[in-house]
Amino acid sequence: MRAIEPWVEGPLLTFLDESAARITLLMTASGQVVAQHGFLRSLDVMAAAALGAGIMASTEALARLMSSTGFDALVQQGSRQGMFLAGFDTPRGRWVGLVVYGPETSVGIVQLFFERMVTALVSATPERQPPSTVLADNFEHELNASLRALFGR
Amino acid sequence: MSDDPREALERVARVRGIRGAMLVSAADGLVLADVLIEGLDGRPVAALAASLASRLQRATGGAGLRSPVFLQLRAERGALLAVPAGVELLVVAIADSDANVGLARIEMRDAAERLA
Repeated sequence: MRAIEPWVEGPLLTFLDESAARITLLMTASGQVVAQHGFLRSLDVMAAAALGAGIMASTEALARLMSSTGFDALVQQGSRQGMFLAGFDTPRGRWVGLVVYGPETSVGIVQLFFERMVTALVSATPERQPPSTVLADNFEHELNASLRALFGR
Repeated sequence: MSDDPREALERVARVRGIRGAMLVSAADGLVLADVLIEGLDGRPVAALAASLASRLQRATGGAGLRSPVFLQLRAERGALLAVPAGVELLVVAIADSDANVGLARIEMRDAAERLA
């Protein structure tokens, strides 16, 4: 498990332990990765984040067309594994969680512990620090630091 | 499903000491129908009961005992009861410690037969 923000680690680890999820990806609504578990290649994480954020944007647009306030979660069940995708509000804005799970657990368990993780994340969110100016000369350094946090290299 | 689930669950919930009854999807752990006392959230119970039933089914199957027909998990303040209804459904009840578990079991098995 790897996270850009250290305070995300506790709630995410508890979720992984309790839900037995195979893959978990937390991202912002715009597809920026916050934490990941189970991915081996950085390219896969970027693609999954972009696709997950895109699916959430599509379903929310669909909900607006149907005069609904929005969908809480989207579940796609396959024969060997399922995918749970849900948006949630945090003090840092809207985030999206993507969870892939196998037959060793169930969508009910994933949903239950996902809701608990969201509650834990909201209460663990620290006060927002004033954003530091990202200059051209330290942009690459900050980008590399984020990639190291997510992929360990 | 061959009968009205709510009617079948109400018969279970009417037993003394039963705080609620639910029809749960065994594979997903999701609530399909419920009759619960006010303020009781059945979703966590359903998810965990289905997970428990699935594991116990594997355990009894592994021991050559075939599938469980009635599960009773006793806790300090009550019990969690579950009866499989076919292979896809589970009738789950939440009981107080003074509940009439024998009658609840009969009503749950009857509900399972009707809903399977």
